[in-house]
Amino acid sequence: MTRYLLSRLMGMLVVMALVAVLVFVLTRAASGDPVTVLLGDQATAEDIARVQKEYGLDKPLPVQFGYWLKELSQGNLGQSIFLQRPVTQALWERAEPTTLLALLSLCIAAAIGVPCGIVSAVFRGKFIDQLLTGFAMLGASIPSFWFGLVLMQIFAVSMGWFPVSGYGDPGATLMARIHYLVLPSTVLGVLNSALIIRFTRASMLDVLGEDYVRTARAKGLSEKVVVLKHALRNALVPIVTVLGLTVALLIGGAVVTETVFGLPGVGNLVVSAVLRRDYPVIQGALLVIAMIYVVINFLTDLLYMVVDPRVKY
Amino acid sequence: MKIPLTLKKLFRRRIVLAAGICLLVVVLVALLANVITGYDPNETAVRERLSVPTASHLMGTDELGRDLFARIAFGGRYSLTIAALTAFGAIVFGTLFGLLAGFFRRLDAPIMRVVDAMMSLPDILLAIALVAILGPSMLNVVLALVLVYSPRVARVVRASTLVVRELLFVEAARAVGVSTGRILWRHILPNLMSPILVQASFIFAYAILAEAALSFLGVGVPPEIPTWGTMVAGSQQYAHEALWIVLFPGLAIILTALSLQLLGDGVRDLLDPRLKKSL
Repeated sequence: MTRYLLSRLMGMLVVMALVAVLVFVLTRAASGDPVTVLLGDQATAEDIARVQKEYGLDKPLPVQFGYWLKELSQGNLGQSIFLQRPVTQALWERAEPTTLLALLSLCIAAAIGVPCGIVSAVFRGKFIDQLLTGFAMLGASIPSFWFGLVLMQIFAVSMGWFPVSGYGDPGATLMARIHYLVLPSTVLGVLNSALIIRFTRASMLDVLGEDYVRTARAKGLSEKVVVLKHALRNALVPIVTVLGLTVALLIGGAVVTETVFGLPGVGNLVVSAVLRRDYPVIQGALLVIAMIYVVINFLTDLLYMVVDPRVKY
Repeated sequence: MKIPLTLKKLFRRRIVLAAGICLLVVVLVALLANVITGYDPNETAVRERLSVPTASHLMGTDELGRDLFARIAFGGRYSLTIAALTAFGAIVFGTLFGLLAGFFRRLDAPIMRVVDAMMSLPDILLAIALVAILGPSMLNVVLALVLVYSPRVARVVRASTLVVRELLFVEAARAVGVSTGRILWRHILPNLMSPILVQASFIFAYAILAEAALSFLGVGVPPEIPTWGTMVAGSQQYAHEALWIVLFPGLAIILTALSLQLLGDGVRDLLDPRLKKSL
């Protein structure tokens, strides 16, 4: 167990170090220069040199990378060039909408995906199964920004049930802010339930063919108990895996959805940073998101032990 | 003679046949765009702006009076080309690195750690960052998406290579002195064709969606080129006046992506009957 944990942690560190190199190389390979963007066309050569020096952009790349790593190890992601504040602060300010959006979407996706997958497996080959697998296929083919725009037109613009965009006043109550998140999280939740349906169905079908399910039926247990207790319990490991995967997909999906609905989240921050070539923000955001992904993967593996006591590391 | 039989088997399932026909229609409409539409996709006619779908404008017109059907047909050329090139590039690179990682034990760990690192960034986020660095152009969108999807192919190809590598005919080939390169090319690669083909159709579909998302965010194809993504992006603020200008390009995306995924599923079921019951 301890050995497994240690080797997993080492693996995570290696991947994170590679992500750091990747992110650094990517952002520094960029053709656009943030300093000229920041200072505009009128800037003199001295101005540019001064600002470059201020942000350490005049040093050779390996030196810049060294500085960056040293700062990283102290939890410092650098200073945003445009927002006039540390990247960690900028990320932190934008964390709430994205976190809430991801959580709500995950709940919606799981609430649709798991029951639909079970029903689909139990009624395999029947009309309802074809309908649900068809929906699962469709969900994976709909662009989220398009679905968002359509829902926005129907439920916000025409019906007026929900706000069109934004996140309300800073001092608004949690419920008021969640009101702004209903449509975005519906978009992400519904579309991402597709994958969960497919995995749940596949996993349930595997289990429903097992001997112990037949035994449970043979000893006269009701179908409900057989499906929900005997089968589902054993089908949970792949389902937990796909839920972990969904979180990662939701973080990526949030980038697009936040832009559609004008939510001031991390995704929105990244897109505007990319448009303004604000390297420190891009680097920091990519790094933090990759870290969240790696940690979620790790937690998913640990969750297997809770879900299935037979799993031992 | 073998191919027609395989195709016949593939299209025996009606849903796969329907998907195949849909895709064929989409491709033909894009290829023959100048024949079947009577309009120039970029010709503006302000007096006819935001016209509802009529007999002369099958899908209506957009905010500048451009014929929407013509734009979708011509836009299909761009969207489909970008996606096809992406699928091709990702298959080539992914297969190369997957084969190397799966066959040579020494290369396995280094290649796969890089793959892990790249896959720990959400697809769309990595693509945005890459396009931002390369600059927004059609070719750069393709390059970025190839880089995003190659690791996915590499992972699948590596897993299959690990299995095939241990098979008896590989050992036999080596025993009679076949060179390593030839073993990889003539004995291992042909046995990986089915997973590669399935991946190709899925990546084609993902690339259609990803290109649209990138263009929508303004970090993809330049707005003056009509792809299905830039069309939605450019018209979104008129959606409350004329929902169809957002609706139709989106439906083109959905139809294409759905057909491709259904085809991919069909191919997988055909080539690997064991999976039929599950996914």
